[in-house]
Amino acid sequence: MSAPDAAPVVTIPEVSLVVLVGVTSSGKSTFARAHFAPTEVVSSDECRALVADDENDQTATPAAFDLLHTIVRHRLALGRLTVVDATNLRKEDRRHLVDLAREHHVLPVAVVFDVPRWLCEQRNEARPDRTVPAQAIRSQHSLLRQSAGRLEREGFRRVVALRGDREVSGATVVRERLWTDQRHRPGPFDVIGDVHGCSEELDALLAALGYELEEGGGARHPDGRTAVFLGDLVDRGPGVVPVLRRVMAMVTAGSALCVPGNHEAKLLRALRGRNVKISHGLQQSLDQLAAADGAFVAQVVAFIDGLVSHAVLDGGSLVVAHAGLPEAMHNRASGAVRSFCLYGDTTGETDELGFPVRYPWAEDYAGRAVVVYGHTPVPEPVWVNNTICIDTGCVFGGRLTALRYPERALVSVPAVATHYAPTPGSPASDLAASGPAAEATPPDDAGRHAIDLARVLGRHQLTTSLMGPVTIRDDQAAAALEVMSRFAVDPRWLPYLPPTMAPAPTSTREGYLEHPAEAFTAYAQAGVGTVVAEEKHMGSRAVVLVGRDADALRRRFGLGGPGTTVTRTGRPFFVDEALGLAFLDAFAAAVGAAGLWDELRTDWLLVDAEIVPWSFKALDLLRHEYAPVASAGRAFSAVATEALARVAARGVAGADDLAARVEGRRDRIERFAAAYATHCWPTDGLRGVQVAPFQLLAAEGEVLAYRSHTWHLDAADRLVAADPGLVRPTRRVVVDTGDAPSCEAGTAWWLELVAAGGEGAVVKPLDGIVGKGRSLVQPGLKVRGPEYLRLIYGPTYDDPAQLAALRRRSLGHKRSLALRELALGLEGLDRLVRGASLTLVHQCAFAVLALETEPVDPRL
Amino acid sequence: MLLSISTTHRPATDLGHLLHKHPDRLSAFDLGFGTAHVAYPEASGERCTAVLLVELAPEAAGRRGAGPTSGVGRTGFALAGSVNDRAYTASSLLAVAIGRVLGSALRGASNDRPELAATPIPLEIDLPVVSVRGGPALAARLFEPLGVEVRAEAIPLDPAFPDWGDSRFFHLQLRATTTLRQLLAQLYVLLPVLDDDKHYWVERSEIDKLLRRGEGWLATHPDRELITRRYLRHQPRLTREALDRLVVADGDLVDADAADEAGAAEEAAIERPLSLNEQRLAAVVAAVEEAGARTVADVGCGEGRLIQRLLRLPAVERVTGIDVSMRALRCASERLHLDTMAPRQRARVELAQGSSVYRDDRLRGVDAITAIEVIEHLDPHRIDTFTSCLLGHPGARTVIVTTPNVEYNARFAGMAPGALRHRDHRFEWTRAEFAAWAASAASEHGYRVAHRGIGPDDPELGPPTQMAVFAR
Repeated sequence: MSAPDAAPVVTIPEVSLVVLVGVTSSGKSTFARAHFAPTEVVSSDECRALVADDENDQTATPAAFDLLHTIVRHRLALGRLTVVDATNLRKEDRRHLVDLAREHHVLPVAVVFDVPRWLCEQRNEARPDRTVPAQAIRSQHSLLRQSAGRLEREGFRRVVALRGDREVSGATVVRERLWTDQRHRPGPFDVIGDVHGCSEELDALLAALGYELEEGGGARHPDGRTAVFLGDLVDRGPGVVPVLRRVMAMVTAGSALCVPGNHEAKLLRALRGRNVKISHGLQQSLDQLAAADGAFVAQVVAFIDGLVSHAVLDGGSLVVAHAGLPEAMHNRASGAVRSFCLYGDTTGETDELGFPVRYPWAEDYAGRAVVVYGHTPVPEPVWVNNTICIDTGCVFGGRLTALRYPERALVSVPAVATHYAPTPGSPASDLAASGPAAEATPPDDAGRHAIDLARVLGRHQLTTSLMGPVTIRDDQAAAALEVMSRFAVDPRWLPYLPPTMAPAPTSTREGYLEHPAEAFTAYAQAGVGTVVAEEKHMGSRAVVLVGRDADALRRRFGLGGPGTTVTRTGRPFFVDEALGLAFLDAFAAAVGAAGLWDELRTDWLLVDAEIVPWSFKALDLLRHEYAPVASAGRAFSAVATEALARVAARGVAGADDLAARVEGRRDRIERFAAAYATHCWPTDGLRGVQVAPFQLLAAEGEVLAYRSHTWHLDAADRLVAADPGLVRPTRRVVVDTGDAPSCEAGTAWWLELVAAGGEGAVVKPLDGIVGKGRSLVQPGLKVRGPEYLRLIYGPTYDDPAQLAALRRRSLGHKRSLALRELALGLEGLDRLVRGASLTLVHQCAFAVLALETEPVDPRL
Repeated sequence: MLLSISTTHRPATDLGHLLHKHPDRLSAFDLGFGTAHVAYPEASGERCTAVLLVELAPEAAGRRGAGPTSGVGRTGFALAGSVNDRAYTASSLLAVAIGRVLGSALRGASNDRPELAATPIPLEIDLPVVSVRGGPALAARLFEPLGVEVRAEAIPLDPAFPDWGDSRFFHLQLRATTTLRQLLAQLYVLLPVLDDDKHYWVERSEIDKLLRRGEGWLATHPDRELITRRYLRHQPRLTREALDRLVVADGDLVDADAADEAGAAEEAAIERPLSLNEQRLAAVVAAVEEAGARTVADVGCGEGRLIQRLLRLPAVERVTGIDVSMRALRCASERLHLDTMAPRQRARVELAQGSSVYRDDRLRGVDAITAIEVIEHLDPHRIDTFTSCLLGHPGARTVIVTTPNVEYNARFAGMAPGALRHRDHRFEWTRAEFAAWAASAASEHGYRVAHRGIGPDDPELGPPTQMAVFAR
């Protein structure tokens, strides 16, 4: 250890479990307080106090340790540095902690307090609050003696002994980054799959990626891009030595990173003279290295020995590992992590041909980071839940592939030859036969898509890019689960549910509850200069997921068919399936005729729309809830008017007033009936049915919802032009909120619209989403027309007394809900577009549905 | 809402004495929920007519509890608090107005004409809008035994949309020679009975009122049971769930709970002659017992009828009931008396919300999973997910699935051809369809499957219920 006079430096990995080992009163707690945050330290004394109010109550020890282990487990699961302040002198106590560390792939570190017994006894006696018998300290000390020297064998990956009080009090603690932690490297990267000695193809790929190959082995990219090698550089192929020279030079020069593959691991053992079975192309490496000079072989040994299991890059957004890595192992260190990185998750079973049965970890992957890996040759790289395998079997005659990050573009070069014949029946055996053009189709297997209940049920917090964390309460999740399970379409068809929208601030203008001037003012105050007022169609909200062809959706969403149209609660929009299919076909044709597939370079599209007439979807509602009000109101008014006229004719005082009120009621009922009748017309099949797409939400590679409304409305116009019978135009006007004449023109436009029976308008910032976090601006404010509002607030809502009462409505809750749902909706689209797992996408749609159960006035 | 009362008794203006309201005045009364006005459109010696007109205060129109969001109607229409017909139709609110404004007449008290109050006179009642759940036939059934002549005229829903048909409202005219007291008392009781949708919770005092107003006629009425039941609709509605708020004005007008109750009642009625449910439960319990299962999860446990039976098996150590509906779980908890169960027994049961189309780790490790009459409630495109969640993920030794045999429906009396047994059934399978699903599910997830019929085995059509027992 260190020289007696030098102050010792205790170096610990940033993510680790630090176990303090020492006799009572040897200075552990003081040391912990001096070097760690209070929350990083879990102390057995404090746990005893927490469960029994007395940190010396030995009868509480089992409970206290149960609590201590629980805290440690939760902290390690979250990847937090944790210090256990207990004597930890017994082997079985330490074993429990080492097991916890291993379970969470965290390095266990022991710090031993080797302090003379007399000092501990002296201190113990001086403590007023403590009554540890001298005998106890003696026996503890002998346990410490026994412990020394066996801690490494017990599994501690690092053991530091502090000898004597001077070292204990003088020590400094240094935290070091894990070797895997490369988060500070933002890229851009070119991740390259298994090379296996294909030096010619490697050089061709590097050239294709824009690297300048240097004499003497290295290569660098003029734009400073970094190559990332996924391991398995060696074996099987003809150019093992040039490949190693190239990669080692690049790594040394800093223009490449490399993680090890299983072939490197085995080669290293062979080069170190271990007895390994020469198979799977190891012979090629050994032969080629035998011809190279000894100094180079020594460099190779050092290079492989220095490779770190995996790398976490770009702030944690990219993880590279030879055979892939589940989220719980990202940036962790353990034997299991290393083994997973090298060999993948094998179940230990082998198939009938003797190949290991692999557990499909990627299908359960729900992490935020992109995971790029190789190891198992595939005919075509396919994104699965934000993970991708880019080993395209070059050495077997396939291709050598790179993934450009963050662009997510694949670049590959074909093999110049089949360098190594695959074993019949192995995953690589059908590479040459299927060829690079073969499409890999994810299986339509619902089982693999079933979402874990625990990911949606109960209280949850989802982190959104717009607003940070959004909380879903457990009762909200419970209600959403029922609707999702019983009525909604399959989650694969339901990447998005539309957020609710708040009305404009309540107007005080005579006769109006809502008026566009309030929306213009609200946006002006929020600093939004240009807004667009869009006609609000009165029909039924629909989210349309449409594909260029059935295969497109099968490839992307794992379910065949032309797509789906759902209501705002995720139910199938069309009760008649055949009609729904006809609608999707017609809509897909319009998207094609409008040229949007090609322009957006996508073969699927998610669209937010309104389908009219109202009576098409809501006929039951009209017949059971709206028309009866008009029917009863008319029958009542007719009789009441006539009776009161006769009363008045008899000269009874006060009858005129009452008659006038009844007459006013009669008029309002007629207006109510007219208000719904405007939105009802007969349909026959699709004849009479129209869709008004007002926003294109997402397509392959882009969340379109962030684009400006100028673009969205232009796209809508093109769809109208493509099929004017099916697609309904959305009228609008652009308003400068700082310019009074412009606002007046906007108001005049709205008045004309609602006078003609229109529902009203939605006023939106022209640029789309404005602000973020606390400064996030409402994405739209609805301004409903006075006649339409009768359908919401009742026929007589505009009676002056009623209107005055309604103006006291409170909008705060609705506005907050609208923003939270917006953030969740867009987060879901972000996740969808970046290829996140179905679980992660579904969580957002589920959360929007859950939030819709908030007790907000449904009339807002 | 409006009621008019006419008489041709001479002098007809005596009606004013009976009603305690002067024919030449317009009188107004505050009712709390609105204002009642009484006025006379005609008041001659030959014929006198009084109208009682009630103007509802706006906030009373939708009052069904506190706050704007609790105004959810029987169909789950979220805007029922604002958009409703209560201001116009004669309902229990009108009965309340009769009690308050015409209280003396209702008691038969008259200071000026005491003998007339006890004398039968020719009377006509006109109700321009009455909601009659049961149609004119019900109105006739209720009034004619009392010697009251009834005319009911249907009111169209909307003349602009003739194909929408008639509304549930009628223009009702009643004519009788009786005492005013008697006719008002009958109206008082029968108005809410016609409408069958009382606006407030019925308390004990309502029984007294019913007995008081029904004195002399209700006890001998042939439909006294119907009248009593409807008048005292005293099943307090279970607290509406947050779920209701999802029902919005875009046409998703389905009240899941109501549909369930109605559907279950229909299904039970169809299957009743066989008491099929009993046989089904017995068959499942036998299969669980044969499998030697010690831990069982019942997915889609509903009200917990199967759980109750499984707990009687001594070999069963633990039963987990899973349902997607929180309401069903509350019912199950009540049915099983979980709150008063002995601790050892209580430890054998767990109820939890879950779903057959989400993967559930709580199902891992149980010996047997049962899904009784569940699969047919799922849309067909979600069956694969269901299969994987029940047979794939949990890995139970035994999985038991039952579902109706659609072929047998032909044997049920009163079932329309092509109809399904429950309105929430998304499909019902033939024996061949069920067997095909079971075979593919078994082979995919490594099970053997055996089929058993439940109920009488029809030689042509098979049993009414089919059961698949998966084992491995």
